[in-house]
This record gives sequence, C-alpha cells and structure tokens, in this order.
Amino acid sequence: MSKNLNMLLAGFGGQGVLFAGKVIAYGGLMEGKEISWLPSYGPEMRGGTANCSVCISDKAIGSPLVVNPNVFVAMNLPSFDRFINDVEPGGTVIVDSYLIDKKVERDDVNAFYIPASRLAEENNLKGGANIILLGKLFRECGFCSEEALDRAIQKCVPPSKAHLLENNRKAIRIGMEYEG
Amino acid sequence: MKGNEALAEAAIQAGCRHFFGYPITPQTELAAYMSKKMPKIGGTYLQAESEIAAINMVLGAASAGVRAMTSSSSPGISLKSEGISYLAGSDLPAVIINVQRGGPGLGGIQPSQADYWQATKATGHGDFQILVFAPSTVQEMVDLVSDAFDLADQYRMPAMILADGMLGQMMEPVEIRPATDKKPLEKTWATNGHQGKRVHNVVNSLYLKAQDLERLVKERYQRYETIKQTQQRAEEYLMEDAEYAVVAYGASSRVSRSAVNAARELGIKVGLVRPISLWPFPVDAMQRAADKVKGLLVVEMSMGQMVDDVRLAVNGKKPVEFYGRTGGMIPTPAEVLGAIQKLAGGAK
Repeated sequence: MSKNLNMLLAGFGGQGVLFAGKVIAYGGLMEGKEISWLPSYGPEMRGGTANCSVCISDKAIGSPLVVNPNVFVAMNLPSFDRFINDVEPGGTVIVDSYLIDKKVERDDVNAFYIPASRLAEENNLKGGANIILLGKLFRECGFCSEEALDRAIQKCVPPSKAHLLENNRKAIRIGMEYEG
Repeated sequence: MKGNEALAEAAIQAGCRHFFGYPITPQTELAAYMSKKMPKIGGTYLQAESEIAAINMVLGAASAGVRAMTSSSSPGISLKSEGISYLAGSDLPAVIINVQRGGPGLGGIQPSQADYWQATKATGHGDFQILVFAPSTVQEMVDLVSDAFDLADQYRMPAMILADGMLGQMMEPVEIRPATDKKPLEKTWATNGHQGKRVHNVVNSLYLKAQDLERLVKERYQRYETIKQTQQRAEEYLMEDAEYAVVAYGASSRVSRSAVNAARELGIKVGLVRPISLWPFPVDAMQRAADKVKGLLVVEMSMGQMVDDVRLAVNGKKPVEFYGRTGGMIPTPAEVLGAIQKLAGGAK
C-alpha cells in the first residue's frame, strides 16, 4: 500500500457500516499507520442512511471527513446513488449487488460486485454482509496485512460477543474468496 | 478511541472524581463513559436534572476543593453560563467541555464552531474571562484536559475545552498518559470542613460594597494579564517561508492543513497558524505571521468570530480575509484551497 486511502462506507443504519469501518481503521493502526474514523451521526442513524469516513495514511491526517473517496463501499441503493459520482477517478468501488440492482456507469473507477447480503444468509452469518464486503475490499486493495486484519477483528469484537469472532473470520474469508 | 471518550478518560487520569452531566448530542459518549467508569474508581457520576443543576453541582464540588467537571454541547453551555459566571466570581477552578454543534437556538447536531464568542468573550454576565483551549486531534484533547485542570487550579478560574462534534465523534489513535503522581496544589481556600482548627473559609461571589467588588475584579484582571503573557499557545505549520497564512483552530484547522498541503503542491507558499489557546488568544503568533506574510485567511465553521481577534492582533498591518461555513457544513479542503488561491491571487 503506497498511497493514502480515503474510504467511505455507506448503507442503512444497522448494517454494520460503522463496525466495518472500525475494523479497517484498526487494521491500519496495527500496521503503525496514521488513521482516523469519523461516523455520520444523529437522526441519520435511525432507519436512514449511515456512513463513515476512514483514512489510512503514512502522514498525519488533515481533514478526517472523506468527501471524494478513493475507496467506496456501498451497502444500499440510496447511498450508492448519493456518493457514486464523488468517487475519485481511479478509485475502487465495492457494491453489495444483492441489495443494489445497478451497475456503476462510470468507466474511470474499478467496480467490484459481490452479493454480500445473500452470501451472509446462505452461510448462516446474519448481519455479516458488512464483513463479507470488508473481505472483498481487503482482497482488492489490501489496506493492511492479513495478520493485522485478524488482530483488528479481535480488537473490535467485544469480549461479551467473543462467540462471534469465528463468524467474523468466516465472513472475511467468504469475501476474500468470492469469485465474480 | 472516540474523542468524547478520550476527554472523559483524560479527566479521570487528571484526578477528576466528580462529574456532573446532562445528555446532549454530540457529547453524550463523554457522560456515558463517566457513568460506567466513575463508580468503579470511587468517583461520583451524577446525571443532573438539567444543565443548570449540573454546573451548580460543579460549583459546589469545586468549593470543596476537588477537581470537578461538566460537559455539554452548545445549547447546554448557554444554560450553564450563569453557573460559569458564578464560578469565575467565586475564583473557583473547574473544567467545562463544550462539544460544539450548530446554532443558534437548538440549531442542529452537526459540528460547528459558532460558540467562539461565547467561550472567549461572554460565557456569562460580568467582567471575567475563562481559559479556553481548542484541541484539533483526539490526542490533543487528552493532553489539553490535563493542562486545563492544572491551569484552572493554578489561577483559580474555570477552564473550557472548546471542541466540536467532529472531534467528539471521531476515532484516532491516542495515548493516555497514566495519572501523574504530581501533587495537586493545596487549596487552602477550600470549604472542606476543618473541625474548628482554622478560621473558616468563605466561597462567595456576592460583594455588596462596590469598593470590595472592584478590588476583587481588578485583582482578577491582574491574573488575566499574567496569563495573557505566559499562556498563549499556537502551532505554526510550514510558516518558515510562508507568504500567506491560514488561521484556523480545531476541526477547521484540520481541513485547512489539508488545503495548505494542496496549495504547496501548486507552488503557493502558504502556512498555517493554529491557535491552541483561544483565551488567552495567541496574539504574538498572529503578529509574527503578520510581519512575515502578504495576507491572512481565517477559516471557521461559523459566520466569522475568531476573525475579529485575528484582525485585532494583526491591527491593519495586512489584509485578513475570511472563509466560513455554518453548523454541519464542514468546509472541504477544496473550498479552502479556493479561498487560499483567491487570497494569493488578489493580495500581490
């Protein structure tokens, strides 16, 4: 990883957008990078769209608010429509194609489609679509080492939910190994 | 760690064991953290019935000589302003945290910097100042809370951390310094019970004899003079060869830093002066900048408040321009870059 990553993850409140962002940020932190994580907060989070900005950089981070992401993860259609044209040319777009029945019309970004929500259901990983997407993102733009990612997951799953650790690891593998 | 939680943990490490709060977005995580942690370490967490009650509990606790804190966001700080004035009038140390949101009125819940005037000029009625510090990273939030408690004790006055919703909500790596074994100042004035072993202390802000009141206010202003001379803080970034300077604090300074970096790539020699103490305002750093550059640009998440202090400090020597957005409209680095280009193009 050589360039600064300015990521935007967006979806419905409850899909785990903020959690996925937190895992990514910790992944960067484990590699000794400068990181920031900034959620959208407030009424948006209750039933509406939720998004978060994550920056990973070698240098001190200026604005933590990502306006033009070079990595965009879309978990629902309203978020896809709202942000797709803000992605930097050359950027990476990861789409949950089970929930978003649209293709990226721009040809200056690298788009990847993965039916994360369906894969989560099929694999008995309820609510794990966010981490499946994260696995896909990891494969496409490796924001940290695999070992750092695993440590990040361990850090982010609270002790009271330790039984979900293996599910998260499984979700990451599904995302990484998905061919499509 | 989230900014709000970092503020709370830093206060605990600084020896604060008495927190009085009332929930309001975007500062609630701070109170929530305190509610979990304080009972475990023998401290007091109390959710008051209102902001006004909470600040008056701080006044009571501070009178007894302990380190006390309250936190809120803009509309809640307005409610606390009476109590802050009483704290200042009683020469009591305390720390108040304002995680600013949009205003006026209930405004909005998104980040803002529109309480600068309130914090630095009119936190309540009467002739007084409070110390005001403006962090720009989560780490600095931690460091400044500790300093705020120390300086509040040293000068016997309230200190405020003026943050905003962006800093409160964001997560960044942070190192919490373990509690120091530095002995806190002995508070000989505290009304903490003495079993008749000394003359009793009085903490009060009512002085009906005008001469007494004036003497006290003047004594306080002598302290303020010392503070102005010794406690100014600012960070200068890429100012060595700067021909232009951006002045911004807190969240808008982070956006400005990105914009300054982008402008440098375009060959514009611009630097950033970031006030860390808002009161005392870093007049010296502004004057240094004014002597060096062709023009200054103040960036705030408000319609323009700190820009007044910059203009006073620069005193007409150089043009001072302003760029601002209001509650929740965090300026983008591209917008600030545009304002820098305008300044650099127009001030030749």
